[in-house]
Amino acid sequence: MSDPRIAGASVTHFGKHPERTGRDLFAEAGLEALSQAGIDPDDAEALYYGNFMGELAEHQGHQGPLMAEAIGLDVPATRVEAACASAGTAVREAVKTIRNGEAEVVVVGGAERMTNIGTAAATDALAIAADDLYEVRAGMTFPGAYALMARSYFDQYGGSHEDLAHIAVKNHEHALVNEHAQIQKEITVEDATEAPTIASPLGLYDSCPITDGAAAAVLTTESYAEEHDLDAPVAITGTGQGGDNLALQDRPHLAQTPAADKAADEAYEDAGVGPDDVDFAEVHDCFTIAEVFAIESLGFYERGEGIAAARNGETTRDGDRPINLSGGLKAKGHPVGATGVAQLATVAWLLDGSHPRADAVPDSTVGVAHNAGGTVASTTVHIMEVRE
Amino acid sequence: MTESAQDGEYDAWLDSIESDNGYYLECSNGHGWLPPRRVCPRCHDQDLSEVDLPESGEIASHTTITVPTPQFEDDAPYVTAIADFGPVSVTGLVRDVDPDDVSIGDVVGLDVGERVTTGERAVVFRPR
Ligand SMILES: [Zn+2]
Repeated sequence: MSDPRIAGASVTHFGKHPERTGRDLFAEAGLEALSQAGIDPDDAEALYYGNFMGELAEHQGHQGPLMAEAIGLDVPATRVEAACASAGTAVREAVKTIRNGEAEVVVVGGAERMTNIGTAAATDALAIAADDLYEVRAGMTFPGAYALMARSYFDQYGGSHEDLAHIAVKNHEHALVNEHAQIQKEITVEDATEAPTIASPLGLYDSCPITDGAAAAVLTTESYAEEHDLDAPVAITGTGQGGDNLALQDRPHLAQTPAADKAADEAYEDAGVGPDDVDFAEVHDCFTIAEVFAIESLGFYERGEGIAAARNGETTRDGDRPINLSGGLKAKGHPVGATGVAQLATVAWLLDGSHPRADAVPDSTVGVAHNAGGTVASTTVHIMEVRE
Repeated sequence: MTESAQDGEYDAWLDSIESDNGYYLECSNGHGWLPPRRVCPRCHDQDLSEVDLPESGEIASHTTITVPTPQFEDDAPYVTAIADFGPVSVTGLVRDVDPDDVSIGDVVGLDVGERVTTGERAVVFRPR
């Protein structure tokens, strides 16, 4: 079994590009990833592609072959949908395909076009990640669902909206040097706490923006990388995926994310590392509170302790274990179906030193990507390590 | 989607609440669920029976939503809550209370109301 190497990766600018088609966004990222990898495109044997709301935003289903064609490949192409974890789940499929020996070169990516339909329709589209009968019909929006989880967290463990504000401030600050980021604007704790409420207790600055964008990566075997003299020092050494009841009402706890616990446990065991070995992580902060759930599920903090991490400066770029050096979904943006691969690319670039925030984690060897779907009914965790 | 088609057991469940015979589904091991369910996702038991819902539940969490989907445009701001009825929890719209006065632990009853924007049926909670 060979741990896949990341031979090349690319992300488009994340932001408002309402006029750009999904296929054009993905073509930009995919072609650049192939170019970075320096492989013969004829060697690519499969595409796994994440996309969540293409039917609603572009009236476009059956996107697998469309996207393979867009990057000039004639390969079996599979679209993977797991809400906001679509691309992370696509990564997992690509990892398994390479480990199984079924392919030597696999392209993985994702794209989402969202701003072309406007905020109201995008809010509507995002809500379908929830249970339509029991949640959406009771008025639950995507922010509303995380608001219910946040209030439950405060009730069970303590913490305040101001603690969440520190997470937003941190991630905005991290994104200041990320030219791919949607929001490059420093904010203060007061900005965040005084912003308009969208779903109490969460306000505007607790939420990631609505984003158009794409990401792609080329994965290959260690032997292919050696034979072709590729510069591919980062390996995906652990993969994990977990699930949960789709509807919040059916879960025993509203302030825990067991799907992420399961994904993390599996990925750590697979890689043979533990939380203490991890130098930094890119986690799924679609809302500020989601970062708290993520760092607790990844084992960096006990339950109820993650809320204070940003405020204490432990997860900032000068902290012990920086979280979301890219700016996270919060500031980098969240083109839903692309996010998991954008996280993978970020971790690889931080490990190989090419990311603009790599100076925060010099000599790091282990990074983690945590990608969650809906209210964390799906989660993937991937461990990446420097090999050579 | 045909406008006249109902959603099977879900609409039947709403009917049961409207006629004050609200129920949930319980497996042999006491795990509670809302329909449609053919199997208990926790213990795989397929022997699910209809049990009367408790008269009241407690709000487990709540949020006042000010940025709604288009289907709730005229409802906003509104309160969506999850209420704990013991073996099952239910998601619904909190009515007859000022949003600022809703708290975790509030005792509520279950009812079927209408969405302001569309007039469609919705699960609602009212104080008890
Ligand atoms: Zn059961």
